Parts: sequence; structure tokens; C-alpha cells
Amino acid sequence: MSKQEFTITVYTENHIGLLNRIAIIFSRRKINIESLNTSPSEVEGIHRFTIVIDELEEVVRKLVRQIEKQVEVLKAYYNTNDEIVWQELALYKVSTDEITEKVKVERLLREYGARAVVIRKDYTIFETSGHREETNKLIAVLEPHGLIEFVRSARVAIIKASRGFHEKIKEFEAKDPGDEVIENEYLGQQDEIFTM
Amino acid sequence: MEAVIVAKEEVKPKQGTELSGSQAVLEALIAEKVDTVFGYPGGAIMPIYDALYDYHEQLKHILVRHEQGGIHAAQGYARSSGKVGVVFATSGPGATNLVTGLADAQIDSTPLVCITGQVFAHLLGTDAFQETDVINITAPVTKWNYQVTDAIEIPEVLAKAFYIARSGRPGPVLIDITKNAQLQKFDYQGYCKCDHIRSYRPKPIIRNEFIEEAAKLINAAEKPFVVFGQGVILGKAEKEFKCFIEKSGIPAAWTILGLSALPTEHPLNMGMLGMHGNYGPNVMTNECDVLIAVGMRFDDRVTGRLDKYAKQAKVIHLDIDPSEIDKNVKATVGVWGDCKETLPLLTKLIQSKVYPQWVEKFKNFQQEEETQVIFDELHPDTEQLTMGEVLRVLNELTNGDAIIVTDVGQHQMVACRYAKFNQTRSNVTSGGLGTMGFALPAAIGAKFGAPERTVVAIIGDGGIQMTIQELGTIMQTGINVKILILNNQFLGMVRQWQQLFHDKRYSFVDIASPDYVMVAKGYGIEGNSVKDRALLQPALETMLQHNGSYLLEVMVGKENNVFPMVPQGCSVSEIRLK
Repeated sequence: MSKQEFTITVYTENHIGLLNRIAIIFSRRKINIESLNTSPSEVEGIHRFTIVIDELEEVVRKLVRQIEKQVEVLKAYYNTNDEIVWQELALYKVSTDEITEKVKVERLLREYGARAVVIRKDYTIFETSGHREETNKLIAVLEPHGLIEFVRSARVAIIKASRGFHEKIKEFEAKDPGDEVIENEYLGQQDEIFTM
Repeated sequence: MEAVIVAKEEVKPKQGTELSGSQAVLEALIAEKVDTVFGYPGGAIMPIYDALYDYHEQLKHILVRHEQGGIHAAQGYARSSGKVGVVFATSGPGATNLVTGLADAQIDSTPLVCITGQVFAHLLGTDAFQETDVINITAPVTKWNYQVTDAIEIPEVLAKAFYIARSGRPGPVLIDITKNAQLQKFDYQGYCKCDHIRSYRPKPIIRNEFIEEAAKLINAAEKPFVVFGQGVILGKAEKEFKCFIEKSGIPAAWTILGLSALPTEHPLNMGMLGMHGNYGPNVMTNECDVLIAVGMRFDDRVTGRLDKYAKQAKVIHLDIDPSEIDKNVKATVGVWGDCKETLPLLTKLIQSKVYPQWVEKFKNFQQEEETQVIFDELHPDTEQLTMGEVLRVLNELTNGDAIIVTDVGQHQMVACRYAKFNQTRSNVTSGGLGTMGFALPAAIGAKFGAPERTVVAIIGDGGIQMTIQELGTIMQTGINVKILILNNQFLGMVRQWQQLFHDKRYSFVDIASPDYVMVAKGYGIEGNSVKDRALLQPALETMLQHNGSYLLEVMVGKENNVFPMVPQGCSVSEIRLK
């Protein structure tokens, strides 16, 4: 078994300090977080963390249990890349003069699925979203033309097999919940999922 | 008398009364039936102390000499009583002094609620006087923590704090309350105990299929072995555990925090696991066919080298904390749940059995250990006293009814190996964290938690000097704690390792002691020091019979070692008798 990319999805209460409690679970074990995103989830008032790390499955499984042990965490899942659909957003700032002179803007927009967010006399900002390789490609193209600024967001991911948290939350709110699924229910389900 | 009680009832604030945040804190403690608080005042917690002035009849406050002493005392209280220990400390240094105790309570699953004062909310983050980021400092060493900046939150937050601290796998909770919230008056809506938090599942749901699988393995076993930890005590499942092993007939051994859950003299009690545990339990771990772990977490001091630990065995692991299962030792069957509930379910499904030949093997190892190690330790013919013989005499005098509180090091291992226990919650020690300085304050707390019992703190000459200031707490409260210092004039355990693994290069383990009897006298505590065998028994008798606290120093052999020993990095079956 070797290390691979895992996406950890954590449903939590929206409380101050929880980010630190989750982050130190990784740092205590000297595990680098490749990407971390916090956002609202499909359920009102429930927060969703999306964390990407490169690790052995064995390690990830233990980490997820440590995360779930936190009082304010409702549930944590981990998934391999083929069990999720994910995107990252990237912004690129380039000199408008440079770009209009040397690069065919139209070709660029089509080929890389990029979109101009801002066009000013002095600079233009492009935006793309996709997997890392995709957003990286546009860097390569723009770099020779003086990429002034570049930023990429954390990964956001949807679990293919998930039916969302709406039903789960009812179970959590009940004092005597039914049979809670304790293992990571989404792991090893790739066969059942139609993928493009 | 009755009139007084009625009067008390009347002062209980009703819904809709205006209260300060500080009063709400104390009302919460009373509602949670807290009787004792260990604490130390300071600037940022003054409003709570001011309120305490009016509550001193309902809440006993023990003024300690250092916040670390306060939290260790609360730990001792929680361990001996089974209730939640409560600590007050001020902001900044007061709060940071709690950190060692929090880490200790976290790793040993001790239920605590610590309340720290904090600077005014508008000063947060300004490097104000005695301001420190307590929430972030304590995040890794608390089960939960929370900062209150508005008094309205206090009743609900404290209800959550007590619920979280005591439920599931217990642990320490810290509530940091800014000074403005302590002072703030608000419309008090009464205190409502918490019994559910939607994001918190203290008890995993018991799944019958795992109980059935576990029972199947146990019924088919020929050489089963039970290892148990503090989970049995924390789950108040001593009776259920005893029924389980008595019906199954399976020999059982304990981790040092599991000690006293099963009486020492029980025929199926095979002794202690781990680095300085008994010979049989360690060797047999690698010979059993089914290993049943109950409420223990396979600490490295128990398992030795993991890749050579019980590899031949099918492992059944009962634990309330799902993250413990498969963490260190892969379980064939993981039984998640409170052992108070899972053990009876399992007991019902297993056959009533005995394993005479298998138990005989344990007894043979016991015999070998007895002749090679134990006899000389308990009945030495050396001029100098041994720690073991002190424990033997103490056992004879207490008859196994005392609470033994130990510090950390050689004396701790000797005490855990040889102390006799008849009842549960009798062994209080710092297991996971190995905190020197734990015993003296923890013994004070243990006595407050179980006032009817004799409490003996056994402490080395290193550990006593780490929290010796708590003699002041004993002096002021008049609490009755027996302090037994086993003085070998060395930091003995480190010295033992330096002797065995570092070519006897004794690096800074030679520690000088003050005249402990004089020190005790300064605190108004009677004491004595002995080094002769003939005087040992009378000295211990005097200590135990003395009306009040007493300090007895026993000089023991300087370079005695604790054996057996599983050297670090070795398998449990490579345990050395010499």
C-alpha cells in the first residue's frame, strides 16, 4: 500500500475554534494538509470542511476517527479521487497590453475554459476551474507573458455516492438515533457508481 | 436545623431572577451536585471568588498552593469518587499552570470541569495583563473547551461541560470566562441539565452481530486471555466484568489504570501487564489464541514492540471510544460500546467454562517470578530496605482497604505490582502521562472524594519535591493523608535505565533531599524517617494510626532495580527477570 490522495469531508457545527481542533489532529502527527476548505453545507447551520491529504488509507482511517471524536463534529468521511467530483478555482492576473499583443485571447478562453473576470487597461484577470493539472496548464501558458499574480482555491468536492446530510441530521438530532452507519459508508462503492 | 434548610431552599434563584454570570456559574455547580472545588484566585476570576463568598456553605472550596496542585487534586477527587472534579484558576499563568493536569486527565480519561477567568472581552488579543490564549493552548489536551464572553451563555455552556466531561469516554473540559461575563447581570432562566448534543455521540450503538462474533471466538477458544483497563472502572462495570470472567473462566490481567477493578486475590487475577508487569501475563500474551481487551487502549508500555504483540491471537476489543479500536492493535472483532452494557450481553452468549491447564501455565510463570524476583523483593536479606517490603508491610496493615495514590517512577511500579486491593477506585496514579508531582495533590483530592477511606500517597524523593508546596493545603484544610516517601536518593527509574542501557553513566539522577520530617514539621504535619527493618512496621503503624496527616520517609536501597522488565523495543515475551 502506498500513499495516495484522499479527500476528507467533515460535517460540523459552525463554532469558533473548531478549525484549530481539526488542524491540530493533522499537525500533531506531522501530516501536511494539501488543501483545506470550509463552507456551508447542504444543511442550514451545518458547516462542511473539505480536506485533502496525501497518506496511506490506514492513516486516513485513524485520522477520520480522531476527527469524529471531536465534540462538535457530526460526521467525517474519506474518499479516494474516483469516489468524488471535485473542482478548484484559479485566478490569474496578467498585463492587458501583453496579453492582447502576444496571446490570442479568444483561443485562450476556449482552450482552457477560462473566462475573463475583469478587463482593465492595465491588467486582466482570468478565471478557470478544474483539477489541478488543468489550472496548472494555464499558468504554463501565461507565465512567459508575465503572470503578475496567481491564486488557487482549496478543493471543493462532492461525494458521488452521498445522498446528502438532510436525513442524517435528523438522526443526529434525535436522542436515540437509529443504527448509525459507523464505517465510512462511501468507501469501496465505486462499482455502483456511474462515472463519465 | 430544619429552618436553615428551608431558608436555603428559598435562596435558590428562580427562573427570571437577575443573576451575575459568576452567580450563574456557582448555581450550575450546585445543580450538578458539586460539593468540592479546588482552586486558586487571581485578578481575572475575582468576580467568581466574590460570589463564592456567599456560597461557601453550599460549596467547599479548597485553596491549593499552585494551580497544578489544584488540578491534580481534582483528578484524585474524580478518580476516588467517580464524580466530576472541578477546578478554578485565573487567567494567564493560572490557566497555563493547569496544562500538565489537563494533559494528564485527557490521556487518563478523567472527568474534570476547569473554569478559568479571562481578561475582559474587549481586551482579548491585546496582550493585556495576564492574558493568554487559553482556548488554543488547551485545545489538544481537553475533550472540549469553550470561551464565554456573554453571561447569558453560562448555564447552557456549563451544563454541556458537565455532560461532556462525564459521558462516554470521560475527559477534561475547560471553560474560559471573560471578566465582563462574570460581572454581567442577566435574566437567569434556571439551570437545565444537558443530556444530548447533536454533534456528540458519547456511546456508540451496540451492534449485536459483533457481540455474537466475539462470543463465537470466545466459545471456540482453547487459550483465551483477558486484558483489562480503566474502562471497567470508568464504566462502573466491575460487577459485570467479574461475572464475565467468572462465567468464562478466562484468566485476566490489568493495565495499571485497570488495577483495583478486580480484587487482587481473585483466582483469575493474573497480575499486571506491560513493561514492569508480571512474567506470566506478558509471556502468555504471545501464546494465547484469543485476546480479549476490555476498556484498554494498548499503550506502548503495555504492548512493547507492536509487530511482535499477540500476532498469533484473534483479538476482541471492547471499547467505548471507536477511535481506539484498530488504533494500535488490529481487532479481529471490535465491540464498540459501554462495557457496562456490552459485557453482560457477551456473558449471556458465552459458555460456562474452566481452563485448568491454561491457568496452570500462568501459575507456573507466577511461581518462577516468585522465586526469582518477588521473594527477594518482599523478604530481602540485604541491609537496606527494599520498596517491595515496604509495600508488603503496608498491605499487612491496611489489609488492601486503603486508596493508594502513587507518583511516577520505580516506587509507582513497585506499588502497582505489590499493593493489595479489595475494592475498586483504590489505585490512583498518573498512567498515560507519567506526571511526576501527581501524587501529593492527587492524594489530597482522593481523600476529599472518599473521606471515609484511608489514603496513602506513595511518592519518590524526586516527585515529592515537584509539588511539595501542597503540604500547605494539607496544613490549612487539616485533611488526613498519609504520605509515604520511598527515598532511594536517586531519580530511580532514570538511573535504572542509565544503568541498564547507558553503561551506568549516571547523568543528573543524583538528587538531594531536604529533611522531610523537618519540612513536614514546618507545615504542622507530624513525621518520621526510618531506615532500619526493625523500625519499619512500627513506623508504618504509627503513620496509619495517627490522627491526621502524617509523613513517613523510608530510606530504601539506592541502586535497586524494578524487575521484571520488558526493555524498550522488545516484545512482551522477551521480558527479563534480571
